[in-house]
Amino acid sequence: MSGLLVQTNNSLRENLWRYFFVAIPYIWLLLFFLAPFVIVFKISLADPIIAQPPFTPFFNESSDGGFSIYTTFDNFRYLFQDSLYFVTYLNSVKLAFIATVFTLLIGYPIAYGIARSPQPTRNILLLLVVIPFWISFLLRVYSWMGILKTNGLINGFLLWLGLIDQPLELLYTDTAVYIGMVYSYLPFMILPLYANLVKLDVRLLEAASDLGAKRWQGFLDVTLPLSIPGIIAGCLLVFIPAIGEYVIPSLLGGADTLMIGRVLFDEFFLNRDWPVASAVAIVLLLLLVLPIVYFQKKQAQENLEATA
Amino acid sequence: MTDSDQKFIEIKGVSKNFGEVIAVDNVDLEIKKGELFSILGASGSGKTTLLRILAGLEVPSQGSVLIDGVDMTTVAPYDRPVNIMFQNYALFPHMSVFENIAYGLKKEGMEKEGIQEKVERMLALVKLEGYENRKPNQLSGGQSQRVALARSLIKEPKVLLLDEPMAALDKKLRQSTQFELMDIHYELGITFVIVTHDQEEAMTLSDRIAIMEQGQFVQIGSPNLIYENPKSKFVADFLGNINLLEATVTEQSDDRIVVKCEALGGELELNNQDQSNTSQMTVALRPEKVMIEKTMPTENEQKFVKGMVEDFGYFGNLSIYRVRTESDHIIQVSKQNRDRVEQSIKWDDEVYLTWENESLMLLGE
Repeated sequence: MSGLLVQTNNSLRENLWRYFFVAIPYIWLLLFFLAPFVIVFKISLADPIIAQPPFTPFFNESSDGGFSIYTTFDNFRYLFQDSLYFVTYLNSVKLAFIATVFTLLIGYPIAYGIARSPQPTRNILLLLVVIPFWISFLLRVYSWMGILKTNGLINGFLLWLGLIDQPLELLYTDTAVYIGMVYSYLPFMILPLYANLVKLDVRLLEAASDLGAKRWQGFLDVTLPLSIPGIIAGCLLVFIPAIGEYVIPSLLGGADTLMIGRVLFDEFFLNRDWPVASAVAIVLLLLLVLPIVYFQKKQAQENLEATA
Repeated sequence: MTDSDQKFIEIKGVSKNFGEVIAVDNVDLEIKKGELFSILGASGSGKTTLLRILAGLEVPSQGSVLIDGVDMTTVAPYDRPVNIMFQNYALFPHMSVFENIAYGLKKEGMEKEGIQEKVERMLALVKLEGYENRKPNQLSGGQSQRVALARSLIKEPKVLLLDEPMAALDKKLRQSTQFELMDIHYELGITFVIVTHDQEEAMTLSDRIAIMEQGQFVQIGSPNLIYENPKSKFVADFLGNINLLEATVTEQSDDRIVVKCEALGGELELNNQDQSNTSQMTVALRPEKVMIEKTMPTENEQKFVKGMVEDFGYFGNLSIYRVRTESDHIIQVSKQNRDRVEQSIKWDDEVYLTWENESLMLLGE
């Protein structure tokens, strides 16, 4: 009888530990993701006022001691009425999409080359990919200003070569934003692609070659389809931060480079309209997260079907 | 048979180095048309490298390879009339069984109907009808092996190379697959070159076997020839079980040789096949060629040694005994369990070992 008791005690303790460790990520997400989200969502339902904080409270204490809740969808309605937000959102998607495509086009050959190089070289190359992270992101974007500006490095070099006789208009254009984004996010594309490509079984390519595939055919038939998970991971890691990017369009982009991150910043800090800014953030999040969640669910389902 | 049929595959002075390591060392080999040829060796003997050279996946450092009279030494794998079945099958994981098998034809540019028909015929040959839409990770080991076989046969290559075709299968399946492979070979008449480390597999499958060690062939011949007449101690030991017993030469003429072999109870007179004129030789005797009895042989002429059973293993169809002789040597004996009775010879039993004189083989180094 007592033995049974000890046993249940032990398994109880074991279970407690297990719950504890499983709970850690949930607690983390609750505290640092869900709670802020709820707060932002709450603010998005308020009216802006000139006060500290600059929005109407959610709970109102009425004179008779009861509580009432004040909410308004004005901010969301405003977002859909003012075409600025819609245009900005589309423009952000376009910029992020094109930047992602370029990052993929540049990142794939690099990741492929690293994955195919011999082991010692591979580690050095990977280190080189990661090294820029040791310098502040802001500094790196700033230095691009020096490179791209009218009397900057590129123009100086091209003038010196005699290829142009007027300096090119590079800085404060969409091109500069693309360059900045591709440069900044390239490692996020290379690393997941590398992790995928390095696992590729070389014998599959040998088998393709043996069955009549030239090298490029082997690449198209075997390497490329098998690297799709890596491509997706890399593209998400680039696209998601790129769409909400603030620093790069602010520093490198022109006045007409509309990006949602910049609009968000302006609403918060210049207009001090927290409720509208919060509404922008919520909509952005939903528009980004929902397709990705759907996509991942589909992917997981396909994986499950493939292994069943 | 024409001369080119005799030399369907011709490997001439082929070597392959990987940096300092010599994987294949100046190898010559001729394989006949339609032959089922095995290259047998331990891991690291260079057998897989040689197969990869035939497939075009490695270019030899030296020498040349001819297939059906055409120099193939530097021809790319996709231009060779040769296909290979890889050891772990290397099936394309993202393609269905059908797509895997059809791949070679698709690269040839064959039209859809032709592919459909050929793949269906191939699926029937390897008994995988109804599996065309499965993905490789939905197949068992045996099924994967059949898909790999079908995929490598679909282009009707002049030569099919098989790298350890049965290594990933369990024993029962391996035996049935061996016979199926032989049937397919017979049906299609394609020249098969098999690389294996499994001597049983090589013996059952092959018309001829080449035994490879340290990048070179130590003996080439039919399974029977190699088993019964191994050229060296290495070959004798590598293929099957054998007793290798030390002996000293006491008398030697052109055709007769007398050796003193302590383990077999003294002097033995044998045919002098070896002619290698060393004083230290080895007498080799296969365990199944030794008779074991509890009673002393009565024939006068019969040589025998007396010993004690030190160890024995029961394998169902046969039993293997390790007998310590009076001269303190160990001789292995295998005995068919012909009668359905309890084991009559057991541990510590006193036994008498006899053998036919022709069963003894004299080997140099």
